[in-house]
Amino acid sequence: MKFGILVNEGPYNHQAVDTAYQFAKAAIAKGHTVSRVFFYYDGVHNANKLLEAPQDERQIGKLWAEMAKEHGVDLVVCVAAGLRRGLKEETLAEGFRISGLGQLIEVGIQADRMMTFGD
Amino acid sequence: MSEVMDLPGDDEEFASGVVKKFMFVNRKAPHGSIYALEVLEMVLISAAFDQDVHLAFIDDGMYQIVKGQDPSGINQKNFSKTFRALDGYDIEKLYVEREGMEERGLTEDDFLVDVEVISQAEMAELMNGMDVVLSA
Repeated sequence: MKFGILVNEGPYNHQAVDTAYQFAKAAIAKGHTVSRVFFYYDGVHNANKLLEAPQDERQIGKLWAEMAKEHGVDLVVCVAAGLRRGLKEETLAEGFRISGLGQLIEVGIQADRMMTFGD
Repeated sequence: MSEVMDLPGDDEEFASGVVKKFMFVNRKAPHGSIYALEVLEMVLISAAFDQDVHLAFIDDGMYQIVKGQDPSGINQKNFSKTFRALDGYDIEKLYVEREGMEERGLTEDDFLVDVEVISQAEMAELMNGMDVVLSA
């Protein structure tokens, strides 16, 4: 099955992005495809390259970037939500790209199942 | 055109040929958090994709379409007006959950757009028939 994922909450403050990551990892391990993860609302903060959690904690941005590289997951950050929150090319972590909300609707159309993680 | 939000223009047409049933579920009050405004931005973009779009208003989400809003006192934009522009984009399927409406002392006349008031059970059934449900 081909999944699309929407992440609506920021890193560390909220479990949503971690659960989304665990879901994506489990889905891929079962042979499914995660074609795109769209970061919206405070979820855009997950793509900030300046994130630096203590060394003994999970590095959320890097985990996603590794998954993207290994499994071809397209990590898209909403441009409008990003600009509102100070996320732009200069602050964008490797592995993510900035684009419009159309990318969310598009994956909704293309994927077999769309999953939302957030409040 | 809305004065308060950017609406999609002709340059934002996307052709996929596939028409899915999308439902945007509005659960949050219009102000106090940004969820309501950013859901509306998703809805507006979806109009450019020629999809079968449905909007559900449940819980405090139905306050988003209550008439006579003026959030200027809290330094917020009154984006409720944008809901009135949706029919121009063929987004006309708006549903309010009856139980939630009654709990809040609201009636159909309190809304600034035409809505269909349906029961919780009917809402569940409608949602079940959707291809994509996005909510906040």
